[in-house]
Amino acid sequence: MELRVAHLYPDLLNLYGDRGNLLCLRWRAGRRGIPVRITPIRLGEPLDPEAHDLIFLGGGEDRQQALVSRDLQHKAGALHRAAARGVVILGVCGGYQLLGHAYRPAEGEVLPGVGLLDAVTEHPGPQAARLVGDVVAECALPGIGTLVGYENHGGRTRLGPGARPLARVVVGFGNNGQDRTEGAVCGTVFGTYLHGPVLPKNPRFADHLIRLSLRRRYGEVTLAPLDDRFEEAAHRTALLRARVRNR
Amino acid sequence: MSVRLRFAILLAKSAARVSRGLRVGGGTTLPGRLARRVYPEIVGTLASQLPRGTVVVSGTNGKTTTARLVAEMVKAAGLRAVHNRAGANLPAGIASALVEATDLRGRVRGDLGVFEVDEAAFSLLLPVLRPRVVVLLNLFRDQLDRYGEVEAVAHRWRAALQGLPEAIVCFNADDPQVAEVARDLPLSTVPFGVEDRGCGLEALEDAADVRYCYRCGIPYTYEVVYLSHAGRYRCERCGLRRPDPTVHAEAIRVDGTRGAEANLVWPGGGLRVRIPLPGLYNVYNALAATAAALSLGIPGGAIERALEGFRPAFGRAERLRWRGVELEILLAKNPAGLNALLRVVDRHPPAALLVAIHDQTADGRDVSWLWDVDFERLQDLPKRIVASGLRAADLALRLRYAGIPEERLLVEPDLARALRAAAQDVPEGGTLLVLPTYTAMLELRRILQREGVASGFWEA
Repeated sequence: MELRVAHLYPDLLNLYGDRGNLLCLRWRAGRRGIPVRITPIRLGEPLDPEAHDLIFLGGGEDRQQALVSRDLQHKAGALHRAAARGVVILGVCGGYQLLGHAYRPAEGEVLPGVGLLDAVTEHPGPQAARLVGDVVAECALPGIGTLVGYENHGGRTRLGPGARPLARVVVGFGNNGQDRTEGAVCGTVFGTYLHGPVLPKNPRFADHLIRLSLRRRYGEVTLAPLDDRFEEAAHRTALLRARVRNR
Repeated sequence: MSVRLRFAILLAKSAARVSRGLRVGGGTTLPGRLARRVYPEIVGTLASQLPRGTVVVSGTNGKTTTARLVAEMVKAAGLRAVHNRAGANLPAGIASALVEATDLRGRVRGDLGVFEVDEAAFSLLLPVLRPRVVVLLNLFRDQLDRYGEVEAVAHRWRAALQGLPEAIVCFNADDPQVAEVARDLPLSTVPFGVEDRGCGLEALEDAADVRYCYRCGIPYTYEVVYLSHAGRYRCERCGLRRPDPTVHAEAIRVDGTRGAEANLVWPGGGLRVRIPLPGLYNVYNALAATAAALSLGIPGGAIERALEGFRPAFGRAERLRWRGVELEILLAKNPAGLNALLRVVDRHPPAALLVAIHDQTADGRDVSWLWDVDFERLQDLPKRIVASGLRAADLALRLRYAGIPEERLLVEPDLARALRAAAQDVPEGGTLLVLPTYTAMLELRRILQREGVASGFWEA
């Protein structure tokens, strides 16, 4: 058994600790004896929809996102084929925005996304406050519970009828600061604004993605429980800090 | 002098006296805040009296040390410096420093202002201070929740500089983002940089350090990398490359956490100095300060005396003795800064290491940055790592993922207890290295003061 991970645009979408998510996948799969192979895929490099079990996109600054948006149009076909086959795709922050239909940045032209998530993101303009702070949200997927993290985004995301929110916001802004939704799910495609990074501190969500990624080639896989004292302690700390600061 | 200005000065001076009397901090921002409330233009009004003008130092890392170095060079040249030496680098902190140097009749007693300025306050303060010399150190990814994206900061810097009628801009040529800020400015520029392949790395340490050609949008190619994204770079497509430095450092020898030696070279001069500050990043600070001093017309002899006799600020390479151990405290602010420190640790391992991560506003409330730090370097050293601070649990998890085995890790969020536990692992005379974030450093200082360690030893 092997978990094959594609890391899209590692040198462009890497804002703030995103690589922690990959370290987490490697750690949690590795402890179950499942080796993890991470393939970086950069601008102009082809994406083979058959070759990966999980495709990850991190966040980036506006200029990087513009470069990615252009390149992503050449990979959109492959991404849709992968998603149709049940490959897991996870986008965080900027990566999440580009998994939707489009992102309109604070200044400049609208950046087309790939439309894997029924979501549209708009930045209300350079004067608008960014949505920054701790997030606590109740995950809509069964068995995962509370998600914790930190958000920092200018864009406001609205979901269409084809996407479900990943979680319901308890503390923080989430997708747009208004409808209390956070992130999006559409089949095996996931988007979230949570960094922190999201996976290390939310081990049940990480395991859910690992299980889902392996299902296509290996069927239902049972992941042995891990000693998650460090993970749970970090989760509890984030929860506590979010509560203390948002009393 | 207007009554309002006189009142502002009087009020601020009283507040400073009271806060010193009550020992509630060094009175570094409150007086300035009050003065600005009463007389909003006070910074510009007082700064304009400085007969030799002002030097402004900004950048992500090294502001406090570099500004202190410049101030020492100014003093060594026989001039009086007005300096926000406590690192209070927002408008209120600068107002406090100016008021402190002003008498009740509103006369500023000083020749030259040396101010470190927060990256985000730069645009606001530059038109007010109208500096004679501006020093741009570096632009690293810092606290996104406070400063926003690196490129946005760079754009604001450039716009602020374009509004200056005249100034000499000393900038780090090795940092492509900073060089972009200074490119084709209608001002005099003094690029500085390192010319020593011996202390370079083979490649960028982390994907997070990649910088893109501002014309072509493709990543720069590096002949040599010195620190994070600082190095000798060029764009393969359009040929844009690092500007040739006017002031450079060569023949660098870094001697662990104790200091470094380097040749500092400029047109028609140079000197070999021993800098009592650790790491290559401090060679950059010394180089920046030297470029600023030269731009002010300060002679090489004064520069040399100031560098060799320098005493670091608290938490910037301070050494203290405590319970029989040598305590060394180095401020850890962001991934680039902490990676630079870990490189030093790597070559000169301490007996024990304490890392303290707080998440207050001044530290950055978002601790995601821990995952951009190469803690993997600590896999083989030292014997014991103590994770402390409000976010000890986040740090501990990061260290586990970095391959630090559980038995070498102690998690103790309480800083006082963590310090005692870490010291127990250190043999008599051995070194305990402490890497705190900003507010953890302040807490550490209070703990050590309570323990009677060189109380009042530090001025900052």
